[in-house]
Amino acid sequence: MSDDARSATAPGRNSGGAAGAARAPALELRAIDKRFGAVQANRAISFSVAAGSIHGLIGENGAGKSTLMNIIYGFHRADSGEILVHGRKVDITSPQAAIAAGIGMVHQHFMLVENFTVLENVVLGVEGGALLAGGLTAARRELEKLARDYGLAVPLDSMISELSVGLQQRVEILKALYRGAEILILDEPTAVLAPQEADQLFKMLGRLREQGKAVILGTHKLREIMAITDRVTVMRQGAVVAEVMTKETSPRGLAEKMVGRAVLMQVDKCPATPGAALLSVTDLEVRDRLGVPRVKGVSFELRAGEIVGVAGVAGNGQSELLEALAGIRAPSRGEIRLGGRELVREQLDARARRALGLAHVPEDRLRLGVVASFSAEANAMLGYHDRPRYGRGLFLDGVASFAGCEAKMKEFDVRPAQPALRISAFSGGNQQKLVLAREIDADPTVLLVGQPTRGVDIGAIEFIHRRLIALRDAGKALLVVSVELDEILGLADRILVMNGGEIMGELARAEATEEKIGLMMAGVRGEGGA
Amino acid sequence: MSAPGTLPRWAELGLLPVINLVAALLISGVVIMLLGESPVAAFKLMAAGSVGTQEGIGYTLYYATNFIFTGLAVAVAYHAGLFNIGAEGQAYIGGLGTALVCLWLGAWPFWAVLPLAVLAGAGFGAVWAFIPAYLQAKRGSHIVITTIMFNFIAASLMTYLLVNVLIKPGQQSPESREFSVNAWMPSATDVLARVGVGFAATPLNLAFGFALGAAVLVWLLVWRTRWGYALRVAGENPAAAVFAGIAPPRVIIGAMLLSGALAGGLGLNELMGSQHRILMDFPSGAGFVGIAVALMGRNHPAGIIVAAVLFGALYQGGSQLSFDMPKINRDMVVVIQGLVILLCGAMENVFKAPLAKLWHGCLARDPKPTGGTPAPR
Ligand SMILES: Nc1ncnc2c1ncn2[C@@H]1O[C@H](COP(=O)(O)OP(=O)(O)OP(=O)(O)O)[C@@H](O)[C@H]1O
Ligand SMILES: [Mg+2]
Repeated sequence: MSDDARSATAPGRNSGGAAGAARAPALELRAIDKRFGAVQANRAISFSVAAGSIHGLIGENGAGKSTLMNIIYGFHRADSGEILVHGRKVDITSPQAAIAAGIGMVHQHFMLVENFTVLENVVLGVEGGALLAGGLTAARRELEKLARDYGLAVPLDSMISELSVGLQQRVEILKALYRGAEILILDEPTAVLAPQEADQLFKMLGRLREQGKAVILGTHKLREIMAITDRVTVMRQGAVVAEVMTKETSPRGLAEKMVGRAVLMQVDKCPATPGAALLSVTDLEVRDRLGVPRVKGVSFELRAGEIVGVAGVAGNGQSELLEALAGIRAPSRGEIRLGGRELVREQLDARARRALGLAHVPEDRLRLGVVASFSAEANAMLGYHDRPRYGRGLFLDGVASFAGCEAKMKEFDVRPAQPALRISAFSGGNQQKLVLAREIDADPTVLLVGQPTRGVDIGAIEFIHRRLIALRDAGKALLVVSVELDEILGLADRILVMNGGEIMGELARAEATEEKIGLMMAGVRGEGGA
Repeated sequence: MSAPGTLPRWAELGLLPVINLVAALLISGVVIMLLGESPVAAFKLMAAGSVGTQEGIGYTLYYATNFIFTGLAVAVAYHAGLFNIGAEGQAYIGGLGTALVCLWLGAWPFWAVLPLAVLAGAGFGAVWAFIPAYLQAKRGSHIVITTIMFNFIAASLMTYLLVNVLIKPGQQSPESREFSVNAWMPSATDVLARVGVGFAATPLNLAFGFALGAAVLVWLLVWRTRWGYALRVAGENPAAAVFAGIAPPRVIIGAMLLSGALAGGLGLNELMGSQHRILMDFPSGAGFVGIAVALMGRNHPAGIIVAAVLFGALYQGGSQLSFDMPKINRDMVVVIQGLVILLCGAMENVFKAPLAKLWHGCLARDPKPTGGTPAPR
């Protein structure tokens, strides 16, 4: 379907504007420049997005995608350049101005009030009058209509905290549409979603396209770009390096444009030679705060020189399992043995476990893995600040922590390599690389990794996979939890599949197929299931 | 970060507080005008009274000493993510410790009394902070509520002790007998005279040096030690602290012990240095001013010293004002102080957005890069 055909089928949109402007693109960027100190985050970016189309935005970590999207949404000010909406120049000085211009954004980290209902969240800021009740009834009608039109059903009276991540994201989209967004920006929307949720999101985006909205989608997943976008802009080091029609390109071609070299989509590795068991888990049960069991009597072993992958739809107990192993969450039953100690009975905390050679790359980087307001340097020793290398006696050694951070940045190609910069000023992928560098640098015997490449670009994925495999080959034991099946299949020597807090079965890599894993993920018990 | 509403660091730390202060003084000026006095004359009087003479300076720094102690107390707790409203009570009880040493061991030489008095003041203050800290760490009772309650308990306890136990026999007002001269903190006049410098007789005393020392100590502890690192991690992101193997309850208790100990330093200045006895309600609100001082000083020891001196000057200049301008009484001075607290502390960010707009509007276009924002380490 061509763009023309699409805008023709779009019902009654773009009523305002002069006759000449009716055919203007929904959004046009002209020569956008943005600098952060020494970093040129955006350099002469120009492209346009037609109404009724989905425009992909890809590029390496730190290429400037988020910066650009934040400029369009008024979070950042461009140093120079112009933004045109439906052919008219607009001055977007703040998110409010962006909303007024018909631009909405769904952030990777949702901006919702947890203990408000969906309805209250949607009307927040646009209540329409001092008395809530009237506004709420009107809003409810409006939202029900939106939900019907776009297939965005959400329980309006549920508390946000009760909703799954996928539903929360839907609320964000509803919020944008309710405020009259004609242009919707999504920054890595699927990074936090399970595959099924991602599919639903894409159906929704397809619906929005049919209704004549313009969508900008920033992502690292080429599969998504190929599946849903009409055009793609590829960025590298702040500049546009290519703009192509999606159907005229291939994942491999895009990857090369992004990274500037050929990328291995799959890292080669030799077969594992597992040694002694380093970590063994027996009958582990973990309950959440309400006392509901999330991990139900799980047992397995991690051996030296192997990578065990944990597959499963997000929310089936993998996170709780990881946190219990790492010492962040106390299990209600069971044993964890590591280095001749029993961690549960001895109540060893994360620090004591680190001392025994256990390192952990958490799934939720921003909540657990870093302190957002600290510098990269301070974050690069989180969890290890009491090690001799970072100081003498009671005191910290600023020279050592700076040098340590610099070395990690160099080794893992964290950009920009500035230890003094606040960690929140780094792009998501670069934060992840620094966290990985920190945990690998500690030379653990057992490494737990949650979503190793969430938010990481494909070039860096290749690099991270190589590092993890090198660690395995050095005789370490790795447990990798990922919702990306490709990643599990690419990395793991042995695969555990979780469903409803239980291990449905275990597969050697050689016998694992997507179908077998898929069945187990859906709750069909395989052989070897506990 | 350069999102709208952010400023370069120097402007944020230097320019913004000055603008806030000027705004507070402008509003105060209007109030003074409404009272029928000349604002210019009033501010001249205040300035002259607080920093224009040796006496003024002495009093200003004497008040500042109290505010440094309590400001540091609030700041240390703040970095651990705790809002300690209880510096007032901790200072009160801490002073009791100092006074007991001075009353009981007054016959000992000064060099023997001093360390014990310091330890007792810090220890008593720390104990008073420990109970709310324990309740927060182990029972989840909100520290704001418990420290407020402990201010009241401290006041009642001290009233009882002063009226029934510590009162000088045969006296009407609830205060102890005078400490023996051995237990007096050397005054600034005496100390300076030793090095051949003359200085007017004021209550300023050696405790000011202790306050400055405490500021350096806090800076070292919070920003240069492993313990301080753990404290700041737990304060900024408790979940990340658990991830790192830092136990937030231990941090809470440790931070509050230090906080209470710092507040307990107030007795060194007020009791050993100035009153030479213990009397009812001697902290007289310094614990609460400490909150404003910490806010205005951005919870950094250097900022706290500057803010404490400013508030000291307001106190001293204010009393001078009520002295010389009969239409402006003590209460009016409190109003001016309140305005400063309001604008510099509570509403410190009102001018931030407009200033940032101005900055991004015309200044940020300059071609030379401004450099990335350095973050706290
Ligand atoms: N607030 C900031 N202060 C300083 N530098 C920043 C700031 N925000 C972004 N940067 C820098 O600008 C560059 C672009 O970052 P941006 O977040 O736009 O990248 P990205 O393409 O979204 O990367 P990722 O795929 O990892 O999310 C990076 O080098 C980043 O470190
Ligand atoms: Mg990004």
